[in-house]
Amino acid sequence: MRAFTAVLSRELRLALRHPADTLAAVLFFVLVCALFPFGVGPAPELLGRLAPGAMLAAALLAALLPLDRLFGAEAEDGSLDQLLLSGLPPAALAAAKALGHWLTTGLPLLLATPVAAAMLNLPVEAWAAATVALALATAILSLFGTAGAALTLGARRGGVLLPLLVLPLSIPAIIFGAAAIEAAATGLEPRPYLLLLAALLALAAPLAPLAAGAALRAE
Amino acid sequence: MLEGRDLACWRGERPVFAGLSFTLAPGGATLLTGANGAGKSTLLRLVAGLLPAAEGALLWAGEDVAADRTAHARRLRDLGHGDALKPSLTVAENLGFYARLWGGEVAPALASVGLADLADLPARVLSSGQKRRLALARLALTPAALWLLDEPTVGLDAASVERLGALLAAHRAASGAVMAATHLPLPLPDARELRL
Repeated sequence: MRAFTAVLSRELRLALRHPADTLAAVLFFVLVCALFPFGVGPAPELLGRLAPGAMLAAALLAALLPLDRLFGAEAEDGSLDQLLLSGLPPAALAAAKALGHWLTTGLPLLLATPVAAAMLNLPVEAWAAATVALALATAILSLFGTAGAALTLGARRGGVLLPLLVLPLSIPAIIFGAAAIEAAATGLEPRPYLLLLAALLALAAPLAPLAAGAALRAE
Repeated sequence: MLEGRDLACWRGERPVFAGLSFTLAPGGATLLTGANGAGKSTLLRLVAGLLPAAEGALLWAGEDVAADRTAHARRLRDLGHGDALKPSLTVAENLGFYARLWGGEVAPALASVGLADLADLPARVLSSGQKRRLALARLALTPAALWLLDEPTVGLDAASVERLGALLAAHRAASGAVMAATHLPLPLPDARELRL
């Protein structure tokens, strides 16, 4: 446990020293959401209809940005060997990395959710559901993304391979996340969809670190 | 204590080495020598448990290392080619992370490699020799049964090599074993040479 918190606090400290990485993901999210009104025109109903899916897709793409450096930077300077020899099981190391990725990428995206929601004309009643849906969906992406980053580590063009591997896995998260936001926007109950998202997260939380750990060990 | 039996390692289709056997006793030292590409670094990674052996077995106190690689990792310190430093963290923070993992005090470990005065500088401003010394400071944190050193003296000045000699002597006096790969003379008296 001490080793787990040591790895996690190192992740957070490194993110604080490089705030540009987090900022880039947040700005990417906001900018993609801002581009939609330009593309489809400012018709309020149409934008509101597109908003749930657009926000989910933009958030997941933004959270993907820092993933290819998750293990790549560690492998280049020799830190990955030290982390694998830290006495922490590889799966626990991957779990710490995934949690660190969510705290430094997923969580800041949530702070930008109101901005994105306003630009896409999402009804205010749905903002709370949107925040919860994005929190769960980005957490799922952090987990699958960590497994993908571990698998593509050392592969040529790993940065291209990673989204191809991870984005199909996140389709269920988009479906249920967007359904939750849409339900809240039309005055329905978003809870069932959010619970399904949470169930996906509960499934990914043990499985993805195990897969990532096995991939790291085989590296 | 550490025993390799008929170890072989393959890189793709090509054998790096095969039929390699050795033993390393507590307090002992093995010096790996051989041309570039002979497999010195590969053997060190294999002994660390970072690479699986294609053939043969690696035993620690008679037990197969592959059975519990996490336990094996806890008893060794590995100094690879990379210094495993984060440029944006300070010297003390870089070492402090490993002190949290393994225990030990940062300040005396930094002093043992002559970096005490630079503790609060970011690692990015260090020279390559100073970075190597900071990596070596990891060895001084807490005792471990086995040190694996890959070219530990690259970039070090004479005074730093002497300090490393003192660290190595103290480690071996406390029944620690050393396996080192090098092209440069190392301060390791009566080390057994293993030619690859």
